[in-house]
Amino acid sequence: MIRFLGKGLLRDAGRSRMPVMVVAIGVALSVFMHAYVHGLMQDSIEMNARMRYGHVKVCTRSFAENAAQMPADLSLLDVRALKQQLTAHHPNLQWSDRIQFAGLMDVPGMMGETRAQGPVIGMAVDFFSTHSVEGERLNVQAALTEGRLPQQAGEMLLSADFSEKLGVQIGDTLMFMGSTQFGGLAYANFVLIGCVDFGVEVLDRGMMLADLSDVRIAMDMEDAATEIVGFFEGGQYNDAAARRMQESFAADFEVVAGDPYAPVLLRLKDQDDMGQLIDISGAMGLLITFIFLLAMSLVLWNAGLLGGIRRYGEFGLRLAMGETKGHVYRSLQVESLLIGLLGSLIGTVLGLLFAWWMQEKGLNLGDSMQNASMMLPTVIRARITPVDFYIGFIPGVFATLIGSLLSGLGIFKRNTAQLFKELET
Amino acid sequence: MEQSYLIDLKQVVKRFPMGKGSFTALKGLDLQFEAGEFAGLIGPSGSGKTTLLNIIGTLDLPSEGGGTVLGHPIEHLKASEAALLRKERIGFIFQSYNLLQVHTVFENVEFPLLLLGMPSEERRKKVMEALDWVGLADRHRSRPSQLSGGECQRVAIARAMVKQPSLVLADEPTANLDAANSHHVLKTMQQLNEAFQTTFLFATHDEKVISYLKRKIYLMDGQLVKDERV
Ligand SMILES: Nc1ncnc2c1ncn2[C@@H]1O[C@H](COP(=O)(O)OP(=O)(O)OP(=O)(O)O)[C@@H](O)[C@H]1O
Ligand SMILES: [Mg+2]
Repeated sequence: MIRFLGKGLLRDAGRSRMPVMVVAIGVALSVFMHAYVHGLMQDSIEMNARMRYGHVKVCTRSFAENAAQMPADLSLLDVRALKQQLTAHHPNLQWSDRIQFAGLMDVPGMMGETRAQGPVIGMAVDFFSTHSVEGERLNVQAALTEGRLPQQAGEMLLSADFSEKLGVQIGDTLMFMGSTQFGGLAYANFVLIGCVDFGVEVLDRGMMLADLSDVRIAMDMEDAATEIVGFFEGGQYNDAAARRMQESFAADFEVVAGDPYAPVLLRLKDQDDMGQLIDISGAMGLLITFIFLLAMSLVLWNAGLLGGIRRYGEFGLRLAMGETKGHVYRSLQVESLLIGLLGSLIGTVLGLLFAWWMQEKGLNLGDSMQNASMMLPTVIRARITPVDFYIGFIPGVFATLIGSLLSGLGIFKRNTAQLFKELET
Repeated sequence: MEQSYLIDLKQVVKRFPMGKGSFTALKGLDLQFEAGEFAGLIGPSGSGKTTLLNIIGTLDLPSEGGGTVLGHPIEHLKASEAALLRKERIGFIFQSYNLLQVHTVFENVEFPLLLLGMPSEERRKKVMEALDWVGLADRHRSRPSQLSGGECQRVAIARAMVKQPSLVLADEPTANLDAANSHHVLKTMQQLNEAFQTTFLFATHDEKVISYLKRKIYLMDGQLVKDERV
């Protein structure tokens, strides 16, 4: 009997291949959609983390409270030791010290007079160490519109718009002016060796990038930094882990309560609007996925429904031959379960493959994103998460099954003679 | 002692809900059949032939009245009992053959035996035998779509007969067939009736079918108008 039904299932394309295909397509789209939306959200979050906030950030409590002013006088001290400690406690994160600073960029004329000047926001990262991944992390190479990365002391990058506004060219020497860690006047000459364009307005307006060592000298910050940013291995923010680190931080690092210079650990979510962005991203991802799943479920339900109704004739015949209604109904459900499982399996694999391709290759939106004022990535990538292994699969199976459960109810609702009549037409 | 009939209907009434009221398709029929009959319900369209055949075939219940079919009272026959009765003792032949298109001739005929849970060796033997009766043993690997209408109906006869039921019900079995095929099919059924004493009950208004019947039961508007034996 089972073999008989199996043969029928395999030979009747309308009963097997078609519904499997419909299920597979629906499931594949859902999986891909979820991975895509998740990737999009995650990429913008990660971009913010890499450029500015880290997955976690350690700075002094006072600096954290006044982060917008980038007050150098509230910097962390003994950074080398602290970084070692952090690495020892949390070896699963990569730790990098950075200095965020603000000041003026001055373009001197022939006679030493000021030819042009503008406020600048600076970031000093480790470009020079051979093992440093900071340049890569900020994706500076890709952002270069001309020139090259800093390779030796006294070199800097400026955002392309800013250097144009200042009327400077590669090779020009500019003077940075700001304040030192101790409140004194800081000034240093930098050679412009490259221009960057991150495609993000907040970064491209007036930004300088230089090596830590140069900025340390200029700002009198030997073994100091405004922050140490930490990044989870695997490159994804993990709020639960960050929260655990935060909770044990005071104990781990013997922080003296009430000390304004004591280090604190900030999660990505703690900083600026990132908490909102992360929460909204999560909600958006859920919403989009939910709407998509709902649509897919309706389609599959309908397909299951039609699949059942299409076969009322066959059911009538089988009932006439002496099969019970329950048996016919159950065999229909087993079939639809098989179809749902197979279709969902194929769909999940296809969806994951497609998502994986989007994850590896990415979709370059390039210039269309040029004017965004939010930090949004220009290359959109899908991102596969464990959820994708079941987010399409489960509704794929259940929607199909529920569709056929409902359509099969017709077997019970109608009396046998009526099913039988449908077979005559 | 009352004679025991194969089918014994008493005052069978069938009403169908229609709008607010109901439509009475059978208006109190008394009918008896004995084993081995070759009988037909004859009447114009709408006279109630199919309705009566469905009640006899336990596919439908009477609204009033009752009786027995193959010894089972039909008034309150449970669905599972009816299914068992059909499975074991009643064969159906339809106007439009109703063969499962994706299955071979062999598999179509085999199906009722699968329902009976018969072992495969025995099934094979019975199926080939039944196909022999209808002269289609050499076509057992074909699909219904590869057969003519007449051949399809003969496969359907083999399917109805393979389990050697007590009763075969055939609703307009020749309506889709030309004259030559109709006669072929009818002769086949006649031979099976004689060979196995299987009771055949037709619903028809086809003269060709009527000419083969040994008992002609005329219906009109759900009532018996004439019952003649040849
Ligand atoms: N399920 C139903 N609901 C309502 N009316 C029905 C139903 N089944 C049959 N009828 C009515 O009962 C009457 C008898 O129908 P039946 O199908 O038994 O006729 P028939 O003699 O088989 O006709 P035909 O030669 O056209 O097959 C018809 O008037 C039909 O409209
Ligand atoms: Mg009829």
